[in-house]
Amino acid sequence: MLEVNGVRKTFHPGSVNEVRALQGVTLDIQDGSFTVVIGTNGSGKSTLLNAIAGSFLVDEGTLHLAGRDITLWPEYRRAALFGRVFQNPFSGTCPQLSIAENFALAAHRGFRRGLGWAVRGGLRRQVREVVARLDMGLEDRLDTPIGTLSGGQRQALTLLMATWQKPQLLLLDEHTAALDPKSADQIITLTEKIVTSERLTALMVTHSMQQAARFGDRLVMMHRGQLIEDLAGDRKKRVRAEELLERFEELRRSDLLDESAAEMLERCYV
Amino acid sequence: MSLLIGSLTIGFILSLLALGVHISFYIFDFPDITAEGSITLGAAITAVMLMKGWHPLLATPMAFFAGALAGAVTAILAMKFSINKLLAGIMTMTALYSVNLRIMGRSNIPLMNERTLVSEVEALSQKVFRASTVPLLHWEVSVRDLGQLILCPLLIALVALLLYFFFRTNLGTAMRATGDNAQMIRAQGVDDSKMIILGLAISNGLIALSGALLAQYQGFADVQMGIGMVVWGLASVIIGEAMVGTRDLGYTIIGAVMGSVLFRLLVAIALRWGVNPNDLKLITAAFVFLALIMPKLLPFFKARIRRLAHA
Repeated sequence: MLEVNGVRKTFHPGSVNEVRALQGVTLDIQDGSFTVVIGTNGSGKSTLLNAIAGSFLVDEGTLHLAGRDITLWPEYRRAALFGRVFQNPFSGTCPQLSIAENFALAAHRGFRRGLGWAVRGGLRRQVREVVARLDMGLEDRLDTPIGTLSGGQRQALTLLMATWQKPQLLLLDEHTAALDPKSADQIITLTEKIVTSERLTALMVTHSMQQAARFGDRLVMMHRGQLIEDLAGDRKKRVRAEELLERFEELRRSDLLDESAAEMLERCYV
Repeated sequence: MSLLIGSLTIGFILSLLALGVHISFYIFDFPDITAEGSITLGAAITAVMLMKGWHPLLATPMAFFAGALAGAVTAILAMKFSINKLLAGIMTMTALYSVNLRIMGRSNIPLMNERTLVSEVEALSQKVFRASTVPLLHWEVSVRDLGQLILCPLLIALVALLLYFFFRTNLGTAMRATGDNAQMIRAQGVDDSKMIILGLAISNGLIALSGALLAQYQGFADVQMGIGMVVWGLASVIIGEAMVGTRDLGYTIIGAVMGSVLFRLLVAIALRWGVNPNDLKLITAAFVFLALIMPKLLPFFKARIRRLAHA
């Protein structure tokens, strides 16, 4: 379905701030799968997601979705194929527009926007019905500006908006990281419910080992801009959060070793 | 009385400027200085066409299209070439100065003897009232002034309604969202730079239309008439916002119109009091400065007063 092939990206090349965020990532996502991406800080997991969504163009490598080469597509064009939920719960909605208007925007994802009335009666009824299922009491506040809602409520609405038009791929970028524990729990439960009931293909970046162990049918681990682990099937089912933490600790220690070894060499020879 | 009618009429004419400034500064969060050039552009285009004998009903809307083009140029400079937004506006404005002189062929075109919207309205009013003056609240008022005062608000109301409905459509909603959260609207599949180009086109089209009406009202188009217009428009929008006190779309549109009329009245009163007309732009700038810092100053003063009350 999605084929990421040898993708590389370096930010600020040639300067002191040079960051080699992606160093040759190849990943093949199957239709109907729910892939979870974990990694240390700065491992490039969010960068990978942004490269797929088109926040920037990659330096090397290709991206194909359902056979189409999307490597050079601008972000807004790719949006026709992807549903996106961001880490910042305020990024996915327009604060000054009402709940209904935000959904009207989402309902036209991938379609031409003309001079038709944005919030029609039919859409309004559908939005009311879907929002009511959240059990947050928002169905009676469809005309209030979304900016007056809490981060958890806004993230829940963003999730509904991202899946209103069935996306070919749902991109979730640490979408519970900035929420309080209770909201985070609500959002991740809602995510699983939607992904299963709508049979969506999803790619979720997360910082939480518990989420990584519990959700999805495939687990990918990133480190220093590369994929270092890829667990699917039974191996993914058996994996526990503690094991993942151990693996992270191992990586951290080998990083330290690298640095101390380099220091020792420097002392001896420079 | 004719001073009052005159200020009201100019207030309504300049409310198109206020609406344009509202669209660029508030809806798109784009500090667009093109306005100073596009208001003159509108006046210039319409004046030249009237001079060549075009019907005013055809010559006036042309200003909208010319202004829209100017706005689109600024937006393209800013979005497609990633030039600083203020600088993009300044560049277009500067270029427009030459363009306007080219269009007009000289720095001032008198319209007193041409067939304009004003002369049409005068003829129409004389037909309706069958006199050249009518008594209004103990004053003799010329039917020309009265006709303008009646027709101008009607035209503005029409434009305001069109704008309101437009911003409630799918396209208009996407445009409002662009200024609010560009990342979100891109994720919904909208080309945000296209929205900004279209938005600034509409904004500057309205501003140029305002210039075309103003030139016909005051009886001449002048290459200097745009100076200070952005701050003027901002002052109107700020007053309007204070009057309606909400950011709801419909109210802000009404607010911009009311703000423009009220601001013009305040200016007329100030001039009547003996304020030197040369100081007007300084006073306007100072007023905008005060209005912009008020939201920060008010809590500070309130806290002060509370502390004094407790002591």
